[in-house]
Amino acid sequence: MTELSNTSAAVGEPTSAGTASEAFLRVRDLKVHFPTDDGLVKSVDGLTFSLEKGRTLAVVGESGSGKSVTSQAIMGLHRLGTRGKNVQMSGEIWLGGKELVSAAPDEVRKLRGREMAMIFQDPLSAMHPYYTIGNQIVEAYRVHHKVSKKVARARAIEMLDRVGIPEPGKRVDSYPHEFSGGMRQRAMIAMALVNNPELLIADEPTTALDVTVQAQILDLIRDLQKEFGSAVIMITHDLGVVAEIADDVLVMYGGRCVERGPLAEVFEKPQHPYTWGLLGSMPRIDRETSERLIPVKGSPPSLINVPSGCAFNPRCPYADLPKGNVTRTVRPELELADGGHWSACHLSTEDRTRIWTEEIAPKL
Amino acid sequence: MSETKKTDAGASVPRQASAPEDREVLLRVEGLTKHFPIKKGILQRQVAAVKAVDGIDFEVRKGETLGVVGESGCGKSTMGRVITRLQDPTGGSIHFEGRDITRLSTAKMRPLRRDIQMIFQDPYGSLNPRHTIGSIVSAPFRLQGVEPEGGVKKEVQRLLELVGLSPEHYNRYPHEFSGGQRQRIGIARALALKPKLVVADEPVSALDVSIQAQVVNLMDDLQQELGLTYVIIAHDLSVVRHVSDRVAVMYLGKMVELADSTKLYETPMHPYTKALMSAVPVPDPNRRGAKSDRILLKGDVPSPIKPPSGCRFHTRCWKATQVCKTTEPLLLELRPGQRVACHHPEGAPDQAPQDVVLLSAAREAAELVPDEVTDKAPAEPVATGSDKAPAEPAAAEEAAVTEEPAAEKAGSASDSAAAEADRQESTDQ
Amino acid sequence: MISYILRRTFAAVILLLVVSAVTFAIFFLLPRLAGQTADQMAQQYIGKSPSKADIAAVKHNLGLDQAVYVQYWHFIKGIVVGANYDLGPTTVHCDAPCFGYSFKTHQAVWPELTSRLPITFSLAAGAAVLWLVSGVAIGVISALKPRSLFDRTFMGIALAGVSLPMFFTGNLAILLFVFNWPIFGRDYVPFTENPSQWANTLIPAWCSLALLYSAIYARLTRSGMLETMNEDFIRTARAKGLGERTVVVRHGLRAALTPIITVFGMDIGLLLGGAVITESVFSLPGIGQYAVQGITDNDLPKILGVTLLAAFFVVIANLLVDVLYAAADPRVRLS
Repeated sequence: MTELSNTSAAVGEPTSAGTASEAFLRVRDLKVHFPTDDGLVKSVDGLTFSLEKGRTLAVVGESGSGKSVTSQAIMGLHRLGTRGKNVQMSGEIWLGGKELVSAAPDEVRKLRGREMAMIFQDPLSAMHPYYTIGNQIVEAYRVHHKVSKKVARARAIEMLDRVGIPEPGKRVDSYPHEFSGGMRQRAMIAMALVNNPELLIADEPTTALDVTVQAQILDLIRDLQKEFGSAVIMITHDLGVVAEIADDVLVMYGGRCVERGPLAEVFEKPQHPYTWGLLGSMPRIDRETSERLIPVKGSPPSLINVPSGCAFNPRCPYADLPKGNVTRTVRPELELADGGHWSACHLSTEDRTRIWTEEIAPKL
Repeated sequence: MSETKKTDAGASVPRQASAPEDREVLLRVEGLTKHFPIKKGILQRQVAAVKAVDGIDFEVRKGETLGVVGESGCGKSTMGRVITRLQDPTGGSIHFEGRDITRLSTAKMRPLRRDIQMIFQDPYGSLNPRHTIGSIVSAPFRLQGVEPEGGVKKEVQRLLELVGLSPEHYNRYPHEFSGGQRQRIGIARALALKPKLVVADEPVSALDVSIQAQVVNLMDDLQQELGLTYVIIAHDLSVVRHVSDRVAVMYLGKMVELADSTKLYETPMHPYTKALMSAVPVPDPNRRGAKSDRILLKGDVPSPIKPPSGCRFHTRCWKATQVCKTTEPLLLELRPGQRVACHHPEGAPDQAPQDVVLLSAAREAAELVPDEVTDKAPAEPVATGSDKAPAEPAAAEEAAVTEEPAAEKAGSASDSAAAEADRQESTDQ
Repeated sequence: MISYILRRTFAAVILLLVVSAVTFAIFFLLPRLAGQTADQMAQQYIGKSPSKADIAAVKHNLGLDQAVYVQYWHFIKGIVVGANYDLGPTTVHCDAPCFGYSFKTHQAVWPELTSRLPITFSLAAGAAVLWLVSGVAIGVISALKPRSLFDRTFMGIALAGVSLPMFFTGNLAILLFVFNWPIFGRDYVPFTENPSQWANTLIPAWCSLALLYSAIYARLTRSGMLETMNEDFIRTARAKGLGERTVVVRHGLRAALTPIITVFGMDIGLLLGGAVITESVFSLPGIGQYAVQGITDNDLPKILGVTLLAAFFVVIANLLVDVLYAAADPRVRLS
């Protein structure tokens, strides 16, 4: 029972339960829209979730689902740069006791890198090619700590050692291009964790890496989380990685959350047809392959003209099941089921249970 | 697990209807090498070479799908380009339908281009943005001077339909299509001349999961319909398992294992294959408790400019002994339908049973390998070793698992020599 | 690194030899191939209605009666050990490095070049500082606020700066600021004599030259910055919590400036070889003006000297650019 209440606190609506106030990160009705010449791109359009310290939330979705935009919105990165002024952001992001959407830019800047840090998909392009690994870590440390370069360098070496880089005292003076892909991602992690952030956002951290290196990096992230007790948001399209590392899962489609809940719930009793589609599309290494894959038909939606009603309806094989064209006219809201499992679908619970157990699960 | 094996035997998959061994060989590759010279100085003297592909043998049989897996830099893409003769091999031979095409000139290769086609990874980069879909897909006809029945346009529209696009797309440009659709266009182009062999280099890795499944199914359907033979090169082991009849595993320009898909994935024999398989995350939360069987490899893949001596995997292998350092293992069929290049394969008699002292690197590597795996590992070679060479299995076992001083105790001259060499190696590092 | 520089220097010497040979061939071999006799060539160095003896003397002095390769050999030898020119009654010794002797002005080329070099150098250096600072600053601000009023205004001016020729802007500057409102001096004063006067006379030339170049540099910097600020490492820098100024300067500008090094080095190299039009417009007695003199007088030794000097600067600039580039971008290895 206690476990159950824990998990629901991790993913539940921040308003729904008293325990939710403990959640370290709370995102409420987040919207991130980008005006372009072609129209308003609604990259994130009403996203709500929360995350406790010490837990890992995997955000899953395909390209254009809004998962990366969400992470950068939390970090406040969209508002910087030349296009920063045009971005339309609304909703609330609570990190600890601070609200970030309405906060002054410099307030958010002070939190970036210190309270929340991020690692990126391609560590080669994400590191500055002209500065040594050590200098880049030192810089990250000294923005938030008034210490001498010497102290910061010692800290950098310590972090490199911690993430498993051999001979850190020597490698600290190497340039990013002198590292292998896996080593670079380790260095990137060292840089992100140098200030002991409470929240670590990893945006496809292993997508550019080989599987054996991916295994090393996932292992490392898991270990470090245990050690530092931070909250981790893992953004990925790989359900294998999700199963490997996540406590909770959030499935995004067309800028919205279509399903979220504890890992086992989402994988064993997925509620949304899109989640079924993802599971059916994935070839699995642990299965004999007599069956065909079950792809999701069609292509991801345009974020400028998101389909009315449920954004997934043009691709959903069950869109006609609910009565009265409701899937094409009414946008489904997230509803809570047992076990802290939320989903946004017009199908009745009975239909969903039936379809999953009878039609989908046997084919996986 | 055992259930899935049964379905395999039950021949539920149409493409495995006839035993693969009986089928005609379409492509035979022997001793294939491809070295890229590194030149230096004003005189452009060759100082070294990137040994991208360094002596591989395999054959592709008619109607089958051969998957090729390996990590970046293992030479799999180069291999694909060499067997389609987009690049010239440095050595070895390639026979297509019994004909030696290794050294054919561009002009003599041209008629063969109809039979051998390639599909590339990047659906964005491989289509010329200034050409319409019609002109892209009809290009092979023009290049080959072929006039299909009913005219080029009709044939192209038929091809577009075949790959799941609308014939009306004929006059559109690539940028109007999504990634998945572009990959379909690439496939349509490759299939235009009804090739016998299609070599696909990472055909789905740039696509989203749901789209990836569409393309995988499409390729599957086309194979059944047109009787195509595929060589599919990919880093995604799950995709490769799904599409392949047989799978080749490459490491640093060498083929370390080549086996029927099911055998390879369920009972890998090469330690590298085993590590590779175990590293793939499985979308099943229940397996997480069982992740103790995950093998973490130490460090990175060595440089293909100076590959390690002997078995190229010996620097990262937890089973590596002296022989692995000195002698290159041959790719031998140690089990029916499973060829492996390893001195100490899993689940087969040890190829070098007398050689039991682990290299120091191997001892380090073994620390990263879960006990389950290592416990099993020495048991097999020792058991088989005692069959062939009754050389104190107990002492051998001790040497295999304990630190250096114990290795000296093992006694025999060769063993201490090995330990000596081993110590030298560790001081080198 | 050192072996690299040595090798490059060696290559530079070879290159200069080739340049000198080609130039030499253009001036001394082509006329011959075109059918000019040695007498006709010699005649150019003497006034109207020359005597046979004069022609013969010049011909001998210039070595026009020898095979071209022998002439070339003498020329190269002169650079290394100096040369003697027999002027009938007297013999003129031209010290090493002897880049030839002008029979029209009766002066050795090299001392002329060295005395004019400071002027050309003053012009180039001052203008370079101006255009680099203003061009890069405008480019950065434009890139940070693309399509803003600032961006549009300065990119407009930049376009004008590139399109307007020097003899227009230069003469306009002289007309306005030297004659109409005599703020700036007219005659060049060496820096060593009076630094403030030196700057005062050069400012119009600097500004005119800088206008032309800063326009190019502003555009280069702007496009470089726009590209760099979209790089992943800029996002990383921001994610670290760095202030925007640090992000722009330390991370953005540093990367965007590297390609500009190449262009800058080449421009300086070319300018040192003589800013022909600018020096003419502003009556600066520099290398460029010397070249113009040589061309109008058809004085081959002068032209040859200037050409070699210009080639030398370009080659040196090239070498420096490569070394600097490698210092700026650790991914570039000198080998």
